[in-house]
Amino acid sequence: MLNIEINGKPFEAKEGETILEAVRRAGFEVPTLCYIKDLAPTGACRMCVVEVEGMPGLVPSCSYPAANGMKIHTHSARAVRARKTVIELLLADHPNDCLYCSRNNQCELQSLAADLGVRDERYAGAKSSYKQDLSSPSILRDSNKCILCGKCVRVCEEVQGVAAIDFIGRGSRAHIGTAFDEGLNVSSCINCGQCILVCPTGALTERTYIKEVVAALNDPEMIVVASHAPAVSVSLGEEFGLPVGTDVDGVMVAALRQLGFEYVFDTSFTADLTIMEEGSELVQRVSTGGVLPMLTSCSPGWIKFIEEFYPDLLPNVSTCKSPQQMMGAIIKSFFAERMKIDPKKIFSVSIMPCTAKKFEAARPEMMHHDVPDIDAVLTTRELALLFRMRGMDLQAVTPETADTPFGERTTAGKIFGASGGVMEAAIRSAFFLITGKELGDLNVEAVRGLEGRKEARVQIDGLDVGVAVVSGLTNAAKLLDEIRAGRSDLHFIEVMTCPGGCIAGGGQPLSTNKDKIRERMKALYRIDSNEAKRTSHSNEWVQRLYKEYLGQPLGEKSHHLLHTHYAEREVLL
Amino acid sequence: MSTATMAAPDIDSILASHPDARRDALIPILQEVQDRMGYLSRDAVVKIGEHLKLPASKIYGVATFYNQFRFKPLGKYHIQVCRGTACHVKGSLSVLDAVKQALNLAPGDTSRDGLFSLEVVACLGACGLAPVITVNGEFFAGLSPAKVEKIIRDVRKEAGVK
Repeated sequence: MLNIEINGKPFEAKEGETILEAVRRAGFEVPTLCYIKDLAPTGACRMCVVEVEGMPGLVPSCSYPAANGMKIHTHSARAVRARKTVIELLLADHPNDCLYCSRNNQCELQSLAADLGVRDERYAGAKSSYKQDLSSPSILRDSNKCILCGKCVRVCEEVQGVAAIDFIGRGSRAHIGTAFDEGLNVSSCINCGQCILVCPTGALTERTYIKEVVAALNDPEMIVVASHAPAVSVSLGEEFGLPVGTDVDGVMVAALRQLGFEYVFDTSFTADLTIMEEGSELVQRVSTGGVLPMLTSCSPGWIKFIEEFYPDLLPNVSTCKSPQQMMGAIIKSFFAERMKIDPKKIFSVSIMPCTAKKFEAARPEMMHHDVPDIDAVLTTRELALLFRMRGMDLQAVTPETADTPFGERTTAGKIFGASGGVMEAAIRSAFFLITGKELGDLNVEAVRGLEGRKEARVQIDGLDVGVAVVSGLTNAAKLLDEIRAGRSDLHFIEVMTCPGGCIAGGGQPLSTNKDKIRERMKALYRIDSNEAKRTSHSNEWVQRLYKEYLGQPLGEKSHHLLHTHYAEREVLL
Repeated sequence: MSTATMAAPDIDSILASHPDARRDALIPILQEVQDRMGYLSRDAVVKIGEHLKLPASKIYGVATFYNQFRFKPLGKYHIQVCRGTACHVKGSLSVLDAVKQALNLAPGDTSRDGLFSLEVVACLGACGLAPVITVNGEFFAGLSPAKVEKIIRDVRKEAGVK
């Protein structure tokens, strides 16, 4: 224990703790711009400087370890003046066009400028002028708004193991970019959007498709269909001031109808469908000596990652399309046929916690005769904006239920939104598919939680099944390296791109706060424990879809509509 | 692309001479590759990355931090413009502007026909002759914008280009 004093109050700091960690534990706040909890500090932004008695200069608290006897002043006149100067200097090379910025009111630079009382432009000079990078279908980069904190660079490399971007150039020409300063679309970027979540300004945002969706809604010829992903309903409420972890499912469905969507479906339905296909595929691989371990294919960031970095393991990837793409495929086939609508007259909108889903929807594999199965993808944040644009108050909307036939879901499909959810749903149904009996205890606690890697062994009818769940792609890469090195005790691996799964997706309300992510996760498991139908195979509408249209899992029609193959991708790695 | 494929064996042999290199060898390797191949091609950057287990973005980031690295092959005539202190005092900025204008090139670039490439250097060590430029290593001293135009014209004539 270290005895220190913070703003005149004695406090016991832990050995090895930084000043910032101690200060925050003591209940004081020091602003930061470049700090990312759980990653090594870089001390780049200098916002977190504090005054320590007896030390000659101000100390960057994020990277300086607390030491016995330190007397720390977090808001001394000198520290506050230094922070204000940092912000003023950053603003000297910033467009300052907040009114037109998508981050207006959600910008850390803006709120720090306000909190520090910046009221005039103290430093003026030449401003950088970079072209926006509009090349990616998922992520928009505007280097003019970048303050070079480097958080995106660190997340991309340290959390996702991709390192698509880095600092380029030097001095006043320094900026963030890809290898050879090209578009994100030709880089190794996997479109996960974790960089957006950590960006303190409007330099990184999702490519928005609100205009396209509104145009379709206003087109009397178009039947506009929405489908929302499992993780959206437990996070959307945050955008409207509801407590974190509030499930707004019914309200969101009703609000989507008010916006003019003719049909509102639930992507958890196709999550159930995915389990039927993927579970059957796993059983088939195990029983016929197929390639194992099988890797899940729901998360499009992960798919691009393996195409680029581990193409030799592509045969391990399940051939199942993701729930989004299964939804698109059955909307434009079964649904269109049933409703006697020309698929070209259907505009299908996917509401996702994800930016990579925008990329996935545009993949050539996901088209039929040049008609995309999913026409536009909106993130949770974009949906919130669309609601606000129409002046809708979620708290004043009466909940409604989703439409048949793709509105019914079981909670197995719903928990897809959390890391471990796909695995748990798969275990529940695989047990049934193999034994004909229901799993005694449906809760598979071993695969739940926010840890980057979870492993378990499951006994199914005398078969010892090894399963692993990883999220965050550095965790995935470590496991894949073990498999490359010959590890062979695993049968099935769930991989989610974002740490914690879709609840922490790059399209979610801006935050990487673990406590918030945990609340979203809890909300999903609360839904799971509160409802009766908890296994994908008990979804009656999924069963009817097989009976009336698809035939059987892995059957010819399923193969055509619900499965695909991925290939090695050439990018600058 | 064809230059990259032609250069491929060369980069492989350079990397083969650094069998146990780690990331701290990046800059010497970049220098050696540029020395032997004239520039850092995409192919070279990717292969150096594979060799040192570094992402291409990181290598590009390091290489762009320094003025010495170029990413386009040298032209048939490589022009260095000195922007050192003595040349600066004697008006090298207008010399540089004249070169840029005459060649329609930015520093670090190579003309599309492959004839000219332009590089700005900090000092050529010929301060007594300031302002100076070199064309393929040959010094031209005491320059003015008008003299620069004539030098470029002469080079074009020599190359048989109008």
